[in-house]
Amino acid sequence: MSGVLAILEQRDGKLHKMAVETLAAAQQFGSELNAPVFAAVAGSNIKSTAETLAGYKLEKIHAVEHELLEDYTPDGYSAAFRQLIEQHGPKHVIFPHTYQVRDYAPKLATALGRTLVSDVVSHRIDSAGLVLVRQLFQGKMNADVRFAGDPPYFASIQAGAFRADNLQAGSAPVEVFTPELSSAQIRTRPLELFRESQRAVDLGAAEIIVSVGRGIREAENIPIVRKLADALHGELAASRPICDNGWLPMERQVGSSGQTVAPKLYLAVGISGAIQHLVGMKGSKTIVAINKDPEAPIFEIADYGIVGDLFQVVPALIEALTK
Amino acid sequence: MKTLMKIVAAIKQVPSRDSLLKVNASGTWIEDADLSWEINEPDAYALEEALQLKEKTGNGEVVVLCAGPERASQTIREALAKGADRAIHIETGEQTPADPLALARLLASALESEKPDLILTGLQSDDLGYGQTGVVLAELLGLPHGTIIMNVEPESNGIKVKRELEDGWFQNVWMPLPALLTIQSGATKLRYATLMGIKRAKTKEVKKVQATASAPPSAIQLERVYLPEKSKRTQIFDGAPQQAAAKLVEKLRFEARVI
Repeated sequence: MSGVLAILEQRDGKLHKMAVETLAAAQQFGSELNAPVFAAVAGSNIKSTAETLAGYKLEKIHAVEHELLEDYTPDGYSAAFRQLIEQHGPKHVIFPHTYQVRDYAPKLATALGRTLVSDVVSHRIDSAGLVLVRQLFQGKMNADVRFAGDPPYFASIQAGAFRADNLQAGSAPVEVFTPELSSAQIRTRPLELFRESQRAVDLGAAEIIVSVGRGIREAENIPIVRKLADALHGELAASRPICDNGWLPMERQVGSSGQTVAPKLYLAVGISGAIQHLVGMKGSKTIVAINKDPEAPIFEIADYGIVGDLFQVVPALIEALTK
Repeated sequence: MKTLMKIVAAIKQVPSRDSLLKVNASGTWIEDADLSWEINEPDAYALEEALQLKEKTGNGEVVVLCAGPERASQTIREALAKGADRAIHIETGEQTPADPLALARLLASALESEKPDLILTGLQSDDLGYGQTGVVLAELLGLPHGTIIMNVEPESNGIKVKRELEDGWFQNVWMPLPALLTIQSGATKLRYATLMGIKRAKTKEVKKVQATASAPPSAIQLERVYLPEKSKRTQIFDGAPQQAAAKLVEKLRFEARVI
């Protein structure tokens, strides 16, 4: 087995925003492991989508084409990519760590008796081979993981972990791969896609965001942080638990299941910094963290921090700002 | 109409959310001797969904499934106190597998004789965080699955689930039973155990199963665990809140120039 295969994601023919960094990661693995790099994307009438990748330095692009791949299903995608992998024999298979990949890639790896190393944040290569780094305990610890046994080896990469601007241009042929699928294999039936809340607030356009997390303890305490947002002329946002509790509307949620933001200033109040939150805000220019736990992962990406009780620090901050 | 009969809630015991973690002497895992433990939060929501489904259908059984060392008994009892009917505890000794495939194989073999209609588990664990055990278990058992599920509606010939997608999108998916679902946290309110529940839990059945030693070799190796290196140099402001706040505002105005 040889080669690195990047499996990309699309919806309605449009590639997922992580496609470019997934390709960049695959190219990096390929050059370090001295192996050719391939890409694959699955769907129905997918060739034109695959052709949008023809300008990158790739050995080949597999357009995995079948009418039963029109709508995503874990059964369909897992079976189709399994056939592609068995026929073409890549040594490494790289995915973006998206919700869709979380849904089918572990199934695909299991079907081949392998374990997917999911949510990889970085890598290195030493004399014994490839080492993948991933986060444990909600980002409080890191772990080095190696593949054991025979390839293929499966890994999914975290959003933002590999730099898309390293992507190398070139020219790549598109080859259609038609898997054998029958409708009886596909047991789940995807129904309607929908959004629930009207997005009245566009956090993406805000220059300053003050975001609140579990540390606020009760809904009654939210106004303390709202006052800080007002003092900074910024938007108020939150981590997931706050919106789940209904203390702030879902449209103000930042993170993998909410909005992705990159403001000039992101001020995280009582947010420990779980991975799911960090992926939504780590591109911010200046990050400030206020948290009582000095070991909270949010401090790893913060430019400035105050370790302390937010119920004392936030009022002091409002006072300092209005002075 | 087929009523949901048997629902398995697969749960894991993890260090309490506020734990201060230290790496162990060999650098292979955390120092876990003095930690306090609790149910993995996403699994608490899976258990809650299982209990609610049982109440909704009015006729069923909720079986808790947990792999872990002896200390996991406490978390299992708490699940029984909340209303689960009985439990299966796969005793793993101190080494619970750090590979989702190996762990799912243990869970799958314990479920062989159970034949549940529905298996629910959290979408990921707060310790290893692979977010895979449910999907891997479904594949091992040959079941259809859905991940990151917010809501489950029993229908005449299967279930309709609401799946969370990215960027605020959702999708409804229909699937036949038996099936496996990984449940998103926060979609519903967690119940507390009542005094009566705690009392009843003491008499509920906990079947103990030994983890088999004949497991195939793991396809991955967790080689080293360590504290993350900071990617940025964080300036921390100490002292009284007023002083720290004043210092921060000065830095934001004159160094970062963002306000």
